[in-house]
Amino acid sequence: MNPALLTLFPLLGFVVIGLFGKWLKHEKVIGVVGSGAIFLSFLVAVVLFCDLLQMPEESRSYVSTVYTWIATGSFSVNVAYRVDQLSVLFALIITGVGFLIHVYSIGYMHGDKGFARFFAYLNLFVFMMLNLVMASNFLLTFLGWEGVGLCSYLLIGFWYDRKFEGSFITWTGDAAKKAFIVNRIGDFGVLIAMFMLFNIFGTLDYGEISQHAQGVFSMGDTAVTIITLALFLGCTGKSAQIPLAVWLPDAMAGPTPVSALIHAATMVTSGIFLIARTNVLFALAPATMAIVAGVGIATALIAGTIGLVQNDIKKVLAYSTVSQLGFMFTALGVGAFTAGVFHVMTHAFFKALLFLASGSVIHGMHEEQDVQKMGGLKKYMPVTFATWIIGTFAIAGIPVFSGFFSKDEILWNAYIGGGPILWGIGAIAAFFTAFYMWRLTSLTFFGKERFDHHSVHPHESPVTMTAPLVILAVLSAIGGFVGIPHVIGHLINVPNYIEHWLEPVFSSAQAILPAHVGEYSALEWTLMGISTVVAVSGILLARTFYAAGPERAHQLAARFSLLYKILWNKWYLDELYQMLLVNPIYIASRDFLWKVVDVVVIDGIVNGSARTIAASASILRRLQTGIAQNYALLMMAGIVVLIVIVLYPFFS
Amino acid sequence: MGVTALLCTLFAPLVGAVAIAFISREQERAIKVSSLVNLTLTFGVSLLLPVYFNSSYAGMQFVVDMPWIPSLDAGFRIGIDGTSLLLVLLTTLIGPISLLASWTPITKSVKEFHVLMLLLQFGMTGVFIATDTFLFYIFWELILIPMVFIIGIWGGHDRIYASVKFFLYTLVGSLLMLVAILWLGFAAQAQGLGFTADLMKLRLVGPSIPVDVQFWMFLAFALAFCIKVPLFPFHTWLPDAHVQAPTAGSVILAAVLLKMGTYGLIRFNLELFPQTSAQLAGAISILAVIGIIYGALVAMVQTDVKKLVAYSSVSHLGFVVLGIFSLTVEGVQGAVIQMVNHGISTGALFLCVGVLYERRHTRDVDQYGGITSVMPRFSVLFGLSMLASVGLPGLNGFVGEFLTLLGAFRSPFLNDWTYAIIGSTGVIFAAVYLLWMFQRVMFGRNDNSENKHLRDVSRMEQWQLVPLVVLMIWIGVAPKMFMDFSEQSVRHVVGQVEHYMFSK
Repeated sequence: MNPALLTLFPLLGFVVIGLFGKWLKHEKVIGVVGSGAIFLSFLVAVVLFCDLLQMPEESRSYVSTVYTWIATGSFSVNVAYRVDQLSVLFALIITGVGFLIHVYSIGYMHGDKGFARFFAYLNLFVFMMLNLVMASNFLLTFLGWEGVGLCSYLLIGFWYDRKFEGSFITWTGDAAKKAFIVNRIGDFGVLIAMFMLFNIFGTLDYGEISQHAQGVFSMGDTAVTIITLALFLGCTGKSAQIPLAVWLPDAMAGPTPVSALIHAATMVTSGIFLIARTNVLFALAPATMAIVAGVGIATALIAGTIGLVQNDIKKVLAYSTVSQLGFMFTALGVGAFTAGVFHVMTHAFFKALLFLASGSVIHGMHEEQDVQKMGGLKKYMPVTFATWIIGTFAIAGIPVFSGFFSKDEILWNAYIGGGPILWGIGAIAAFFTAFYMWRLTSLTFFGKERFDHHSVHPHESPVTMTAPLVILAVLSAIGGFVGIPHVIGHLINVPNYIEHWLEPVFSSAQAILPAHVGEYSALEWTLMGISTVVAVSGILLARTFYAAGPERAHQLAARFSLLYKILWNKWYLDELYQMLLVNPIYIASRDFLWKVVDVVVIDGIVNGSARTIAASASILRRLQTGIAQNYALLMMAGIVVLIVIVLYPFFS
Repeated sequence: MGVTALLCTLFAPLVGAVAIAFISREQERAIKVSSLVNLTLTFGVSLLLPVYFNSSYAGMQFVVDMPWIPSLDAGFRIGIDGTSLLLVLLTTLIGPISLLASWTPITKSVKEFHVLMLLLQFGMTGVFIATDTFLFYIFWELILIPMVFIIGIWGGHDRIYASVKFFLYTLVGSLLMLVAILWLGFAAQAQGLGFTADLMKLRLVGPSIPVDVQFWMFLAFALAFCIKVPLFPFHTWLPDAHVQAPTAGSVILAAVLLKMGTYGLIRFNLELFPQTSAQLAGAISILAVIGIIYGALVAMVQTDVKKLVAYSSVSHLGFVVLGIFSLTVEGVQGAVIQMVNHGISTGALFLCVGVLYERRHTRDVDQYGGITSVMPRFSVLFGLSMLASVGLPGLNGFVGEFLTLLGAFRSPFLNDWTYAIIGSTGVIFAAVYLLWMFQRVMFGRNDNSENKHLRDVSRMEQWQLVPLVVLMIWIGVAPKMFMDFSEQSVRHVVGQVEHYMFSK
């Protein structure tokens, strides 16, 4: 099957809804067209997946060219799709989870005047995201990369006339703009990396670059280090890592399905995809790998701390996303590419679930997002509650649930690949995860009902919303079984499917990276036990704290008010950027470049010379006396001068 | 056939201008309609050019060579290569669109306005197809007159200052160019070819002029062109001219007139003085990079929407100049397509500003906000133009920006990554100022009572914007179709420079 069909359906959906949305009129028609396009695309992904399964393992990778996009001089880039284990896995996640979120949106966006526009954007997003992961070359990935950024921009600012509170933000449009610009800073890195790669390899094709990388670079070359660092800058932008993490929490200004699809399940994992796709380059740059792991674990920890104190249910989930992405980067940084990608998958399930469930809560609570004004919703929203609990267990890392396997694999690899300190920080971050998730659970679903019964009547959401929740809950519960660690797998005789599936993609990188040989099973069991204890104790601690409502936490916050303030204000990162970057650039541009250089210096010279000419003209004008004799005199003088000039050579 | 089409494309507007002169001034509608029909037909005829054009040939095609002033060997010599072809098409496309844009806003001296617009069209086409230095100079100067009047008569509040500034700036440059044209003619004479204005002969003469002489000729041409581009620090006429000009004037200025400068840099500086081009590539590229950043930063702090778009031109044209002086095929090709792209997307942005101005008579960004709610269709067209200008992949602007930067990055003449790396930061700033503007105008709540009942784009306005938006997508998705036209001519120019610099 032609992989171009994968991107074709969402594109058609976008065009049809975008151009004819007004004529389609009924929400149902638009919803069916929008979701149907993604479902067809999902079917294509399934077929591609099955095709790959049929093939022998070593040839499960091919490129299908659609047309030549740009070609001039020695530069040539095709619109071409690379079908292999990595891209098909991502395509399945994107279209599968994407389809569920589309269906959910039919219920969630019901009655919104921008219903058609919403589905058009969502389809466009899926199109761009698929281009990002299916691309056979950097430039097409970059098209998707910026394209998903655009859709994110459009969807964050979807309710363009609504206010949204954030640091230096008053409108949803401000949040949208911030997301786009911060992402662009990262894109600058990708751009530079592409220039360097083309300069060195004469192509931007993933296959050729990966194939020749080891011949061109030796281990730890400056060039490959710079290239990978520049790529990683792009990843920190798109995947909201320090120092570019600031945009994601504000991105929650968009409708909740958007937060689920774009800002949790798919787009923000682009950074992980890019590193996974270029794993050979990263494996050749150990310095970059160390930075990736360091940034990842620092982000996981810091975002986790901020998540502890926020009260907006979506913001907590946003920080949790940042934190989980940090885990994934940690895995990549220690060379555990499979673990990183595995966590992308399980995270897509449970985080999409949690966001959609939070959307269901917000929907049922009449657009209330502050968990302090909720409580006791368990009995009003049984389905939402049950699925939320599953999602919480999955993200917290309770054994058997999907997140347990992927997170455990990351922590285990952090230990053997990075050492006990890296593992320790990861374990603390995992503890925070369990804690803030159960804090949300307690405040939302348990305890006293703290909302105003007169104005708010909580209710369960319609079936278009709960059905996707249930499906995602099932996936969150059992999705981890595709990656059962070997120590367990040996006992019950089940292979680690996902590791086996992705092995060919990462094989050359694994060959470069130092191998961890030896018998660790006792250690692995121990660490697994510790992470379970960590997760359970996080939940239990949160339970004792928040069972009765937020009051006990308020007392604690008052006692440690400084720390609380720092966390509440997100470590003042936004303020720092505003003070050190935004304001100085703006003021210097306005008060120096424009008002001094342009207006005073350059125009001063221009106007000055104009005045000089005007002044000299007013002197010269006196020559124009209008008296014929004067002119004749001047003419005579001129002739004399000319004669002198002409005859001069003869006399000298 | 191609020759006929080229001649028709050039002379049809002139014929039209003469014909309109005979229509009585009261019949404004007849004047408008016949001008529009004239330029639309001209555009139609110009579409024959790519049909007959042979993309695999690098030299001039559809050549006409008729004697004019035999004693100076100046002739009526025209012809096009791929670069000229794309720019001629851009010119003929922008013509009818700018007439539509002045359909209702222009109310005084309608007749004079249209005669001038048609003359302008004649001159602009001439600049891009002349292959004779004298003819080129005449077309070049011919444009100045109608443009100065269009700004000075139909412009805004400070139109006189703006038009005089525009006039003087350009005149200083073009006088030096005239000196250089004469000097070139004499140089041909010194080499035994006799005085000539034939560009094809001069192409052979130029490279063999001693480098120290070449240097001054190069500068004389470059100054004239760089003022027109405008390259930092010769840009301060631009914001004034743009802000004061009527919408049609701004559109033509941005879309076509600025391209005369960059076109001249390729046609004269690169082709005639390859050695000096290579020698000065670094110096000019520094100015180009400064222009990219400077234009973007100054655009960022403007509260006048039109001025913001004007400064964005300084930034965008910086990419073009950087691409040209990368002296690589990728860079120059990127520059050529970026000229077209800038014409389309910035032209569209000026049209959008015109749509807003027409309704509210203000350019102050603070007077707007939440316009999307009353003008949804406009928001799509404006949004796409804005994104094309930001350089979003999939739209046209990206192709040019990427290739010019790529060319600069790998240029053996610049031989330094710094140009491209600093230039690339312009990509970030472009997002900053354009998104800022778009958001302040289109997003937020529509609180201003005067904005509550703005009507959405009219059919007439759609006719101006839709073709441009279609092209933005078309060039963004399939740039190869367009770039193939200029591939061979650009390869030839670059090959020439490489030949003189590396084959010794």
